[in-house]
Amino acid sequence: MTQGSSGRRLAEVLSQWEPVIGLEVHAQLLTRSKMFCGCRADYAGLPPNSNTCPTCLGLPGALPVANAAAIRMTVRTGLALQSRIPEHSKFDRKNYFYPDLPKGYQISQYDLPLCVGGWLEFDVGGTERAARITRVHLEEDAGKLLHAGEIQRAGFSLVDLNRAGVPLMEVVGEPDLRSPAEARAYLVALRQLLVYLGVNDGNMEEGSLRCDANISLRRPGEESLGVRAEVKNLNSFRILQRALEHEVVRQAALLESGATLTPETRGWSEAEAATVPQRGKEEAEDYRYFPDPDLPPIRCDPDEVAAIRSELPELPRARALRLRQQHNLSLDEARGLTERPGEADHFEQLVAAGAPPATAAAWQLNELAGLCQRAHRSIETSGLDLGQLARLLLLVQRREVSAATAKTVLAQALETGADPVGLVEAGGLRQLSDEGELTDRVDQAIAARPQAARDFLAGNDRALSALVGHVMAATRGRADARRVDELLRERLTREGGG
Amino acid sequence: MSWLLRSLADQARGLRRGEVTSARLVEEALARIAALDPRIGAFVRITATQARAAAEAADRRLAAEGDGAPPVCGIPVGLKDVLCVEGVETCAGSRILQGFVPPYTATAVARLTAAGAVAVGTCNCDEFAMGSSTENSAYQITRNPHQLGRVPGGSSGGSAAAVAAGLVTASLGTDTGGSIRQPAALCGVVGFKPTYGRVSRFGVIAFASSLDQVGPLTRTVEDAALVYSTIAGHDPLDATSSRRPVDDPIAELALGVEGMRLGVPAEYVDGDLDPGVRREFEAACGRLAALGARIETVSLPSTRFALAAYYVIAPAEASSNLARMDGLRFGPGAPTAPSLRAAYEQARHAGFGPEVRRRIMLGTYALSSGYYDAYYRRAQQVRTLVAQDFGRVFERIDAILAPTSPTPAFPLGSRTEDPLAMYQSDVLTVPFSLAGVPAVSLPAGLSEGLPVGLQIATPAFQDARCLRVAAAFERAAGVAAPPALAREPVG
Repeated sequence: MTQGSSGRRLAEVLSQWEPVIGLEVHAQLLTRSKMFCGCRADYAGLPPNSNTCPTCLGLPGALPVANAAAIRMTVRTGLALQSRIPEHSKFDRKNYFYPDLPKGYQISQYDLPLCVGGWLEFDVGGTERAARITRVHLEEDAGKLLHAGEIQRAGFSLVDLNRAGVPLMEVVGEPDLRSPAEARAYLVALRQLLVYLGVNDGNMEEGSLRCDANISLRRPGEESLGVRAEVKNLNSFRILQRALEHEVVRQAALLESGATLTPETRGWSEAEAATVPQRGKEEAEDYRYFPDPDLPPIRCDPDEVAAIRSELPELPRARALRLRQQHNLSLDEARGLTERPGEADHFEQLVAAGAPPATAAAWQLNELAGLCQRAHRSIETSGLDLGQLARLLLLVQRREVSAATAKTVLAQALETGADPVGLVEAGGLRQLSDEGELTDRVDQAIAARPQAARDFLAGNDRALSALVGHVMAATRGRADARRVDELLRERLTREGGG
Repeated sequence: MSWLLRSLADQARGLRRGEVTSARLVEEALARIAALDPRIGAFVRITATQARAAAEAADRRLAAEGDGAPPVCGIPVGLKDVLCVEGVETCAGSRILQGFVPPYTATAVARLTAAGAVAVGTCNCDEFAMGSSTENSAYQITRNPHQLGRVPGGSSGGSAAAVAAGLVTASLGTDTGGSIRQPAALCGVVGFKPTYGRVSRFGVIAFASSLDQVGPLTRTVEDAALVYSTIAGHDPLDATSSRRPVDDPIAELALGVEGMRLGVPAEYVDGDLDPGVRREFEAACGRLAALGARIETVSLPSTRFALAAYYVIAPAEASSNLARMDGLRFGPGAPTAPSLRAAYEQARHAGFGPEVRRRIMLGTYALSSGYYDAYYRRAQQVRTLVAQDFGRVFERIDAILAPTSPTPAFPLGSRTEDPLAMYQSDVLTVPFSLAGVPAVSLPAGLSEGLPVGLQIATPAFQDARCLRVAAAFERAAGVAAPPALAREPVG
């Protein structure tokens, strides 16, 4: 909804209405076992209902035992979000009937969450923003239902409880976000933080990170909140933004027509490119929360919390700032290099191996990223030797190897595992640095392509690239394209002027 | 006299001396069940094949280990129908769990059978342990072996009746508000509810998780101590089970009560007590005084609110615990229901009996938004006050004495139409449950031919002291005689 009439309508609405948005983000934790039993937390690819036991099946007499690693990961997240970690916390039961919930209640946290308050910093359109965090709490995931067709008409539904009981951390944000773009930027930053903390894999496609949004509109300057809609299962950045944009326009139209909104639950329909009412599985459900008598209260010992705090890794924003200052990088470069912790590690290791930081940054973000993507590898798993790569980049920086040559040998190295610098030496691919030879090559090119030379002199600057290409081809990429460009201009203007 | 009418300790000695074998004990138990249980109804299920195999294994183990074998090795026992046993249908007395065969064994049972005890069958109980007469079982009623027209108490009525009639040597029950102690009192046997958290609840089909506790029913206090020490101790599968080391109750049994200060709560004896119960209770106090204990009157003022608080907290937890019995995964289901909601409603209505439905509704109401503060939260506050009462009294008193039940066994059917009258059966046992302290009931005479129970409670984790006081009383009063029915010749 960013082009055409709908885009104009959105801009118009946003100039007259202020969206108030808060996100609830559910993140599956990267623990080995489930929240309250010994089954695996990673159920990917397992046959249905094979990753289950009496506890996560909710069989009579089976009892939950809390996963200490999940509690630590939640506290770790809270600390990274500047939350307060109260000494006393507990698990509660949220009671409702649904076939994906084998016990008839979900073990969650009601009034004493593990983490209280805090904030998340993020950038939107180059502006630094922060949104407050309400709480971070821990609960268990439900199973999955597979309906035979459309849910309302399905002849039957299948239940898979492999996911039931997987630790699920919920990060509840305050309604501090003021546009769909801000909501998206907040989610991008939160996802990045969780991946940095090693508590979540950030995989929204497979549902290990899920997002619900609460959104209402009000007139700018108004203090009170409007009637909100909860839009559920916004499981990609794109869908989050599109659904909220749609919701902004939809709610504005209703409000402008004088309609009274009622709180409702909606979902995103990709087919209709719209949010649609979701028939709730509960009609004004009373969850009858009460403390789970099977689980003793949690005590977060201040010393243990301090230990978790001391183990916090450098967080993405701090790391970007440090890299920027330490290596004199642009903001975009620093952000790009710190997008994932593995990428940032790779960059720092490359520099430590002797690569010039500016060249390393530019190459990692552009050429290397492109090559790795084509090879279906990540930067961290490229297989390239960091020392060899650093030496190659040093040659690039010194202009002893052209960018084109470097790219070619890197592609080969990725494929064969060969030393890229070795390939340069073996192929005699060091850059032509002999000015005399370069000048000869340039003159030959002008002679070979007289029309291009005339076009350039007639004011067609782009004709020059044909001549550069000719030289590069003739030198098998060993020439420095920038120097060739300079020499060509020199020779042609001298000739043309003389 | 039948071996089954002797104590567990006697049988254990006989097994070691070669006077009897586990196989013979188990055959005798099976024969007595076949002969007597049709009149009593203590068992809902007999696992004869598994029992015979286990008895042979126990005999081999006794031969190999001799005195080193655990005390319960080779002893025939009964298990309340709420204790899951792998491969054995376990129904909690409910229609909704008919056909449920757990793929795991309750830790308490696993410890007992790992020590060589032989489970011969499943004992009847009130549905989901909700009741005080065992009349709420979906399968059958159980009769009191002392007078077949009377209830055995509940909810562990089958477990109590089976021991009283000598069908098994010991049994396991569960106690939420008195469900071991009250039937033990009504059937004239020993029933011990350990400290909350002392015995694992893993594999126990839950009624009220913050109160449920597994314990033994036996003929003597020593037997209760032997079973208790077999099943007690921390279990990593139960987060509420205590990590404190278990005191050895056996070593303390003989220590006596001389110099002990025993408290009688004024509130417990001032209330409505059957005259026979009052007479036998006072006689028991006199007997303990004669043994050198100092009997004092104490006050537990919050006691009068305990029953009301219990009947909020226990149903509240039950309403949630029983939600997993959705009627679809267990029980008959509702294949023709027009909607998911209707399926839940139909299946659960058909699967649960009236008392269970009543408590689910009570508990759901107590937890509902708008009522939570007035009921559940208030009840928890009362619970705290009750526990504080005990804490204060136990600062200067070693154990509390009380009757177990205000009346002896009542006639079958006499309270089934009046739930509140039925709930009153628990008035003297519930406070100890709310406080989580250990409490034992043991026979203390008869009232018009029906057993009367003496209840002894001590501070939390003073389980050994609780049994020690009981043992001293039992030595002075003698072990209660089995009912006439149990002495009939069998086979």
